[in-house]
Amino acid sequence: MAQPFRRKHQTSFARAMWAVARKDLSAEWRSREMFSAMLIFSLLVVFIFNFSLDLNPKTQREVTAGMLWVTFTFAGTLGLNRSMAIEKDRSCLDGLLLAPVDRSAIYFGKVIGNLIFMITVEIIVLPLFSIFYNINLFNPGLLAVVALGSVGYVVVGTLLATMTVQTRTRDVLLPILLFPVVLPVVASAVRASTFFLQGQPMDLIWPNINIIIAFDLIYIALAYMVFDFVVEE
Amino acid sequence: MAVIEVQGLVKRFGLKTILKGMDFRADFGEFVGLLGPNGAGKTTFLRILSSLSRPSFGQVRVAGFQLPQQAAGVRANLGVLSHQPLLYGDLTGEENLEFYGRMYAVENMPERINEVLDLVDLTNRRRDLVRTYSRGMAQRLAIARAVIHDPAILLLDEPYTGLDQDASAMLDAVLKQIAAQGRTVVMTSHDLVRTAELCTRFDVLSRGKIIASASRDEVPQDGLLAFYRRAIMAPAGGKEAGNGATLPA
Repeated sequence: MAQPFRRKHQTSFARAMWAVARKDLSAEWRSREMFSAMLIFSLLVVFIFNFSLDLNPKTQREVTAGMLWVTFTFAGTLGLNRSMAIEKDRSCLDGLLLAPVDRSAIYFGKVIGNLIFMITVEIIVLPLFSIFYNINLFNPGLLAVVALGSVGYVVVGTLLATMTVQTRTRDVLLPILLFPVVLPVVASAVRASTFFLQGQPMDLIWPNINIIIAFDLIYIALAYMVFDFVVEE
Repeated sequence: MAVIEVQGLVKRFGLKTILKGMDFRADFGEFVGLLGPNGAGKTTFLRILSSLSRPSFGQVRVAGFQLPQQAAGVRANLGVLSHQPLLYGDLTGEENLEFYGRMYAVENMPERINEVLDLVDLTNRRRDLVRTYSRGMAQRLAIARAVIHDPAILLLDEPYTGLDQDASAMLDAVLKQIAAQGRTVVMTSHDLVRTAELCTRFDVLSRGKIIASASRDEVPQDGLLAFYRRAIMAPAGGKEAGNGATLPA
């Protein structure tokens, strides 16, 4: 029987997570493939909605949040697909999984990278929405909802992208799986955002924010528990 | 001393059984050539050893750690090289090594990166994007990636696939140098000439089991092809070899 080899010093969860996120950011900084696709898609949606809908101010306050979230979710799907495709195309996912780190650290590293891309796109798109729709979107409450909703969306999206990237129809499969699962977060985010834009009282808004927070936490816990099984043969 | 010990390994994908009670052993410092026809389960076996795939049944012990329970311990002592380089095209060679070095908690990273780049003769291309590398250069960088954490065990899954003669010769030289450093190496390959040259033991995997096993001393220098053919053509069963596998009649 072999004597146990010395257990080497292992990278901590936080260091591994940051290494993965930093690697994604560096690679994207060079190629700008994912970010460009997300941004161009978002800008096209803003322009198309702006030129195709002639809305009065009241209706505009009711539908802007919906249009905003449609833009974010579809652009986000493009980014999520691309983010995992990079890992799959040269079997780099195997390289990540061979590292002696907690595999959840790899997942959360990917989440951080995807979240940074999505929030960067949102930071660029929000002022454009404000200008084109003549509505002030820089409400602290609305920005918090955008951030919380994006967390839930990316947490679920990264997990499902890891699953669908193994399939030939990954580009089609991801949105089909993702949108029903993430519906509670997106629907609550749209409602909360609309209420903020309409200046509704906080006791009407809080239940929606609570739903987003609750689902964010549930998704994070679930992803932490199942990621190991998702990536294992 | 056994570095890799496998007993009764079974791997099923749905209804299909790829490995059917396979036994395998690699001792410290051995360079084992794992031969077999396409679809024999060589890659599946290496994926199980590297903890990328979970055994359906059986005992797998690598570097003293049990799989799948102690997978992180196995991975810390393991370097893997396949025909896919597992490198990021949009990072430079050096950035790729830095990334994997962080994942493996490599100490004295700048010095170690210099060492492994020197080993594979890529020091002058360290700041170039990997997507600008030739196939041979990418494979050499993949070797540097596989040994950045100085693993005791190397698993090589058809590392010569897609390489031209020059690149293969350079890979030969690097693998010989790595093997001389006292690592245990398991390599799958269809290139019998290179396998005969590099390996100290040859195992033939077919029908989900090791059906033949012989040391370099037992096989004449130009006799690996004959040994392999006899093993593949032989009916199940045969002469018992020293390690519990069978030698073809």
